[in-house]
Amino acid sequence: MNRRLFLQRITSFLLALGVPAGLLGAKRAAASAKHEKGSDKPWYGMTVDVDKCIGCARCMDACKTENDVPREPFYFRTWVERYIITRDNEVEIQSIGTLTNPASEAVTEKEILRSFFVPKLCNQCAHPPCVQVCPVGATFQTEDGVVLVDDERCIGCRYCIQACPYGARYLHPEKNVADKCTFCYHRISKGLLPACVEVCPTQTRVFGDTRSQASPLTRTRHMSKIHVLKPHLNTEPKVYYANLDGEVK
Amino acid sequence: MTPEMAERLAELAKQVQGYIYPNDIDVHWSILIVVYPYLTGLVAGAFILASLVKVFNVKEVQPTYRLALLTALAFLLIAPMPLVLHLGHPYRGYEVLITPNPTSAMAMFGFVYAWYLMAVLLLEVWFAYRKDLILWARQEHGVMKWIHRGLALFSNDISPAAIEFDRKAMKVITIVGIPSAFLLHGYVGFIFGSIKANPWWSSVLMPIVFLFSAIVSGIALVILLYMVVVPLRGGTIDMKCLEKMCAFLFYAVIVDFSLEFLDFIHRLYESEESIKILSELVLNKLVISLLVMQVLLGMLAPLGIMVSIKLFNLNDELKRLLYFVSVLLIQLGIFSTRWNVVIGGQMFSKSLTGLTTYKMELAGIEGLLMSIALLILPFFVLAVLMKILPPWDTPSTTALEPKVAA
Amino acid sequence: MQLKDLFSKLPSKGTRPMDKMPIKLPDALLRLGVVVVALVAAIAIALALLPASLKDRKLQRAVAIERVQATTIMYAGASQCADCHETEVNTKKDGYHRNVSCETCHGPAKDHTENPVDIKPPAPRDRRFCPTCHAYNESRPKGFPQINPITHNPMKACITCHKPHDPKPPTVPGECTACHAGIERTKSVSPHALLECATCHTTPEQHKVTPRNIRPSKPSAREFCAQCHGKESKTEGPPKIDVATHGEKYLCWQCHYPHMPEVHHE
Repeated sequence: MNRRLFLQRITSFLLALGVPAGLLGAKRAAASAKHEKGSDKPWYGMTVDVDKCIGCARCMDACKTENDVPREPFYFRTWVERYIITRDNEVEIQSIGTLTNPASEAVTEKEILRSFFVPKLCNQCAHPPCVQVCPVGATFQTEDGVVLVDDERCIGCRYCIQACPYGARYLHPEKNVADKCTFCYHRISKGLLPACVEVCPTQTRVFGDTRSQASPLTRTRHMSKIHVLKPHLNTEPKVYYANLDGEVK
Repeated sequence: MTPEMAERLAELAKQVQGYIYPNDIDVHWSILIVVYPYLTGLVAGAFILASLVKVFNVKEVQPTYRLALLTALAFLLIAPMPLVLHLGHPYRGYEVLITPNPTSAMAMFGFVYAWYLMAVLLLEVWFAYRKDLILWARQEHGVMKWIHRGLALFSNDISPAAIEFDRKAMKVITIVGIPSAFLLHGYVGFIFGSIKANPWWSSVLMPIVFLFSAIVSGIALVILLYMVVVPLRGGTIDMKCLEKMCAFLFYAVIVDFSLEFLDFIHRLYESEESIKILSELVLNKLVISLLVMQVLLGMLAPLGIMVSIKLFNLNDELKRLLYFVSVLLIQLGIFSTRWNVVIGGQMFSKSLTGLTTYKMELAGIEGLLMSIALLILPFFVLAVLMKILPPWDTPSTTALEPKVAA
Repeated sequence: MQLKDLFSKLPSKGTRPMDKMPIKLPDALLRLGVVVVALVAAIAIALALLPASLKDRKLQRAVAIERVQATTIMYAGASQCADCHETEVNTKKDGYHRNVSCETCHGPAKDHTENPVDIKPPAPRDRRFCPTCHAYNESRPKGFPQINPITHNPMKACITCHKPHDPKPPTVPGECTACHAGIERTKSVSPHALLECATCHTTPEQHKVTPRNIRPSKPSAREFCAQCHGKESKTEGPPKIDVATHGEKYLCWQCHYPHMPEVHHE
């Protein structure tokens, strides 16, 4: 047979394989939840005013209670970091209430340049890398801007944990699925506040709908200089830090 | 959470240096995820070696053509095992194929794997063996006869036209197969390289480096197998074949080394935010596995050996010994490379200010013993494949060769 | 043995079904085609047989959202307490704890709202509880009331003097130091230890009620510090400088931290 005929036959054969494969693939492509302009669903966010945090860890405790997170100090949906910046430009960071606190020598007021507490949690990014990489689509973004994990779908591959730049995710030791802060979705769906916001004694954490015209969230975002964590990674976090220091990691 | 788990984590906590995000204490992708890219790398490399024969007409390497294909197949069949074993819910693994997330590199990899296995490797093996399967089946009786007839899909056409078609088909498949092999293992590099959260992994060079180290390890493996199996069967090693394979290995090692060296220099020169923690990582945690095993033993030593073989006039026996040592060192080096990438990338926190440790279990599903078992298993599969599809000329094939124009 | 002897067992060429096809495909391709078609068919059938719960992404997500929303609520929310505990809420709303939720101290109380008689949230009375927030810590914001839990009225329960719902104590020995413990600690070991706060700061009464809103004043002219530190000053002891030339155009406290002014050694 001549070459042309041969190539024709091989090509049509391979194409015949490709078409059903392509159709299968197209059907499987799931539409991701996109927040559309003009939608009446809220677009939730949180502001954290670093100047107000007293590092009492009520938020950490309430979160574990509310969301049944293992009590051991290794898994956190939210945690609080303590920064001590000394006059000779050393930065010491600890997370309060965990076993990985390094034993720091007592720092006196004289040596301290700046010191403060910074609450951390899942940033519920508008452009979440964890949602992008999940192989089975178990982690997804709801229409109101909260990133959730479907316990029944998650296969525990931990790609999302690797992809999160903020260390917000962990593998639940009992359920063997990825877990993280959900903005207490079960509470906010009923008009309640997330547990951490509820118990914060100094109004460090403010929760609300970023699209609302009048809310404490909007006010904070209006009146303070706002910063997000790791903006260069283009994750578009929805946890906005007011008065965030440049040394915060 | 069990007390053992809590204790293990408490032990890890004591060994943390600097500040880590609390959730960063655990190394999630364990040694199983080191074994996996090592296995797929061998697949890609072995296939590239085989393709040298069919596409680039490197006739000297012909004796190892089928061996390389079977090696690729054996390792490809075992490669998904560490992935599945590592999952938190292995029995849900099928979800990746039924409802994959199209934006996920890992999900799309499932299809790349399926494509490579079905459309490239199995097809190529089939076309390579079709004629011989028919010829063997005609000679044999009992189980083997039916196995061979079944594998040949009950084909019985060995006319010159059919054989010519086989030859052309193999060429096309190999041409398609080379980028597919690149895709298969480059994809693993892409899965790591596209994680912007991790500066040790996030790099445009990652897929390329992965691929070239794969080619190095694959060629080295085929050489190793050739040098072990042929004498075991009582045959003699074809020195021309061996020399040619080692020449390609040499070129591949040079390219691989250059790429890794480039990555190193580039990081040091650019000196961006992560350089401090990454330097700490290498100097505190990866001294043995990176500086000694990956670079010194895994790359510089084999390079040195191969250069000296070129420079000095050595007898065949000494050459064979030196080549054998080189390929063993290379396997060690490439395994260390995978270790350094996977485990190394998780030993520092996303805070870029702290280091944690990896405590490998001995037993357990993600332990050392399981990994050793997964590394040995492909050789057993290969042994079975070599029994069913002998990669050497057998009496039946040579006796019944139809008179085909060369 | 000739090849055609082997072939004699098979239907002869020209009579097989594949020979009657309009396009003559190679034998190998046909057989592969059969395998491929069988594979595709098997996959299609398997996929069709799968229940929707395994295939439909939208359905799975809706179910997942429902599952998350069904999580047990533990904290009722402060607004719930007012229904029954009006007295306490009224006491609290004008005091310093007005922004502290009930459940911050009393713990999760959702169960209590459902069964107020049998389930009672705890009321912490231990001396170790209040220091969770009020123990002195260098990292706490300036102006947040902090004490040293060991030396501050030892052995007495906090609630002896501080009613939790209106914690202002009956007497406030150190007016500024009650909230500005950090400054007090810093200043007390500095050259300015014997200076009173009122020496430099004029503080309206309202500052004690809404501290972030109404703030004390800071000296706004170099001449203020010159009262002690100027060359012409009669005060013995403090280091003296020429106000006219020292420090360019800055106010004194823009360089020198008044609560811990660095000591110059001539």
